[in-house]
Amino acid sequence: MPDLPADTPVDRLARATPPTLARKVRGLSDRTIAWIFVAPTILLLLAINIFPLIWTIRLSFTNFRANRPNEPVEWVGLRNYQRILTDPDIWQTMQATAHFLFWTLFFQVLIGFTLAWLINRKFRGNDLMTTLIVIPMMLSPAVVGNFWTFLYQPQIGLINYAVEFVTGIPASSFTMLGSVSLAPWAIVIVDTWMWTPFVMLICLAGLRSIPDYIYEAAEVDRASKWRQFWTMTIPMVLPFLMLAVLFRGIENFKMFDLVVLLTGGGPGDTTLLSSIELKREAFEKWRTGYSSAYAIILFVTVFGLASIYVKALNKVKER
Amino acid sequence: MRAFLTGLLSFRRGPWENLATVLIGLGVVMLMQPFALWAFTWSFVVTLTGTVMFIITSHFPE
Repeated sequence: MPDLPADTPVDRLARATPPTLARKVRGLSDRTIAWIFVAPTILLLLAINIFPLIWTIRLSFTNFRANRPNEPVEWVGLRNYQRILTDPDIWQTMQATAHFLFWTLFFQVLIGFTLAWLINRKFRGNDLMTTLIVIPMMLSPAVVGNFWTFLYQPQIGLINYAVEFVTGIPASSFTMLGSVSLAPWAIVIVDTWMWTPFVMLICLAGLRSIPDYIYEAAEVDRASKWRQFWTMTIPMVLPFLMLAVLFRGIENFKMFDLVVLLTGGGPGDTTLLSSIELKREAFEKWRTGYSSAYAIILFVTVFGLASIYVKALNKVKER
Repeated sequence: MRAFLTGLLSFRRGPWENLATVLIGLGVVMLMQPFALWAFTWSFVVTLTGTVMFIITSHFPE
């Protein structure tokens, strides 16, 4: 059967292309074509990520203030870094961040894994249960911050009345967000409530990836449930769990919105996390050079931690 | 220990990466510990050294 004359838009375009240009395009190697496709993304990445990073490093060695752009900028060398790293207030914010980071990760992994383990069993209403548990992580941090502020209210808040009901301590005798000792735990509770479902979902994916025949083989070998859990379930879910910890660790190191809405860094400086302090230095005190140095310190810390964590994750996956 | 030192001297990836990992971990602990201000002061130098070392040594041969 003879070929019909093609007349699609592409064919018309091909016929209209000057032969010299067509020859040129045809002469490009696969490598060059690949670079042509990748180049816009690389350029965008350089403009959005790499350039601001290099610019921040440069600013961290100056006394530049963004609210006084016309003032001469002085090169101050390592003075910004020296000031930050000898400042007891900054040290305090790092300790507050460490407290928040450690306990949120601890509770989220513990509760998230337990929930995933329970949800993984076959029971009626399993899907509905999963949907209900996942709701908190779908909410905006602004919404969560606002309604938890109401829940923590000493006069009208549900939390205080629940504590009174369980322990007998009068509801109006303590404030979760206003107390120096309770406020750091109050923000841990809210973050755990909001983000445990995320850890649960990742763990659930890990649990569902374990084939049933492994457990069946273990049953045949008369391995106890406890032994199956520690020698099969945990090692096979570990890469997923580590991934969840990596994501939540990085996110919580940068935690800002939720804590600002709940406590604003108070009472005193007890919940002043490093990102809140950084924002104050940069956009309230307008010490741009100083805050750039602070940002670089935080960046190097997160980058270093993420590097060793990814290395550990790869090792676990290789096993 | 001997294998570790030999690996270091022959610029093998494993021991150098381990050393960098220890430095990063130590730096982060120094940054966030509540006991000594001098440790906080030197934490960034330690973390930065570890991170740069990690980036370089991850290109060493296995």
